[in-house]
Amino acid sequence: MSNLLNSYFVKTHKLEISITIIAIVLFLIYFLGAPHVFTRFPIYRAFMQSMPFFGIIAISATFVVTLGEIDLSFPSIVGITSLIFGMVMTSTDGNVFIAFILATSLGMFAGLINGLLVTKIGIPSIVATIGTLFFWRGLVNVISQGSGIAIVDVADGTWHHMIFVEKLFGKIPMQFIWFIVLTGLMQWVYRYHKFGNHIHFVGDNKASAQMMGINVDNVKIIAFVQLGFFSALAGIFTMYEMLYFWPTQGEGLMLTTLAAVFVGGTSVFGGKGTIFGTFIGVLIIGSLESGIVALGLSGFYVKFINGLMITVAVTVYALIQRRKN
Amino acid sequence: MAEELLKLENIYKNFGNVKVLKDVNIKINKGEVVALIGDNGAGKSTLIKVITGVHSPNSGKVFFKNQEVQIKSVAQSRKMGIEAVYQERALCDQQELFRNIFAGREITNSFGFLDIKKQRKEAEKILRDYIGFTSKAITVDSQVMGLSGGEKQGVAFGRSLYFNSDLIVLDEPTMGLSIQETEKVLNFVKGLKNENKSAIFIDHNIIHVYGAADRFIILDRGEVVGEFNKEEISREELVQKMIQLHESGKIKVED
Repeated sequence: MSNLLNSYFVKTHKLEISITIIAIVLFLIYFLGAPHVFTRFPIYRAFMQSMPFFGIIAISATFVVTLGEIDLSFPSIVGITSLIFGMVMTSTDGNVFIAFILATSLGMFAGLINGLLVTKIGIPSIVATIGTLFFWRGLVNVISQGSGIAIVDVADGTWHHMIFVEKLFGKIPMQFIWFIVLTGLMQWVYRYHKFGNHIHFVGDNKASAQMMGINVDNVKIIAFVQLGFFSALAGIFTMYEMLYFWPTQGEGLMLTTLAAVFVGGTSVFGGKGTIFGTFIGVLIIGSLESGIVALGLSGFYVKFINGLMITVAVTVYALIQRRKN
Repeated sequence: MAEELLKLENIYKNFGNVKVLKDVNIKINKGEVVALIGDNGAGKSTLIKVITGVHSPNSGKVFFKNQEVQIKSVAQSRKMGIEAVYQERALCDQQELFRNIFAGREITNSFGFLDIKKQRKEAEKILRDYIGFTSKAITVDSQVMGLSGGEKQGVAFGRSLYFNSDLIVLDEPTMGLSIQETEKVLNFVKGLKNENKSAIFIDHNIIHVYGAADRFIILDRGEVVGEFNKEEISREELVQKMIQLHESGKIKVED
């Protein structure tokens, strides 16, 4: 047992192991407290259906947080890109290629603006992205004039609806499959690609990274651009699920998404993080609301327990980190 | 007889209205260790940042291996064979050693994915052959955080040797090190000459500088105000010159 605890894997994966234990304990509580719900499939199907919408963004945002930066504008990027997707879909009679390319390009453009404001103008990311948060949401309101867009006629029953959100074998929502695939891919990039490597070095120590010949500005800009892309993608998934665009789309994503990243163990100081941790963070944060209600507590407890989870998790990580130093 | 490696001609550098470097001319030969000395604000750091591509000069010419070059980025200067070893900024603390050694020069496949196996293997070679780390406590997977100041410098030196740099720029390499570790670093600098490599060396401690360098260039308020070969000047005289400069602001020939 002590051998196991001292093994190389355990030593280097303390964060991942802690977060996994927290998640297991949480699901045990659900299971024991509400067996009538948690021994049956529908609750898991509901999780698999709803988690990917913010999960995809959380995975992508882990890159930005590892840089020691933050992006608060993604809820509005989801809004504006969904709007464009809906408008193009309805006006081209469901041309998914054009709609997809325009929406994701706009997402990347919005990310590019964030990146340029942070690197070239030198505005702290928390300030810059509050600005763009309001800007893109404001633009959504101006363009949509407050009305929604139904894409049910051009999307429902199509092959693209099938590959985005329908159920595999009638059971597993496609968006969850996509979420798993993207998580795996992003984990690979995060740890084993030059870009992910540079993300870690820039987040760790900007000046050193620059001295090692890493183009700090470019790394940051690309990080914001990819978050813009994945925000657009999350918006498109949501559109297919709901078959409807509404002008507040994306609002409410901010806290759950960032909570998943921080509960997952990625350091707010930059330089260290884990995609796997964020994935588990998504499972925790994404299951709380239904879990709490299933346990028989009133919905009023949701925020309270959410807050408790986040505070406990980040405290544990801070303590682990302190012991290391 | 000495072969020229780096030459700076009439280098000027301003930050806004502040003239940080004024008509700087220096030359560094192959196999030579040159010390830059001067007070804080003399322009030493700016000068080496011009050489390593962090800053571009406002005017003036840079020659490397007898060719005129414009060094626009750190990545470019490293590629040319100029490597900086900074006390505080040589490595990133929370990342593993092998990643630090290859940061910015990763071994990748054509899609940009890292060849972790090869990087670790090469890093092991560097630790063993170039630096002589034999302690089991330090492996290629160690975080830099756990290393002492001297060990960090050792890794940075090993890295520059591995990548076969011709000119190594040392910014305060002994700052904050124990006596024993300082000794190691100075020995390393002396060892560079045997490999016909050159170094530019900044240090506040004239005793360290005198022991390690072949030539001394004194900077004051952005200008080169004195240049001495080691044979021409004793340690005491050099200290004397610095005190004199400090008190009166003139060992300058001109002005």
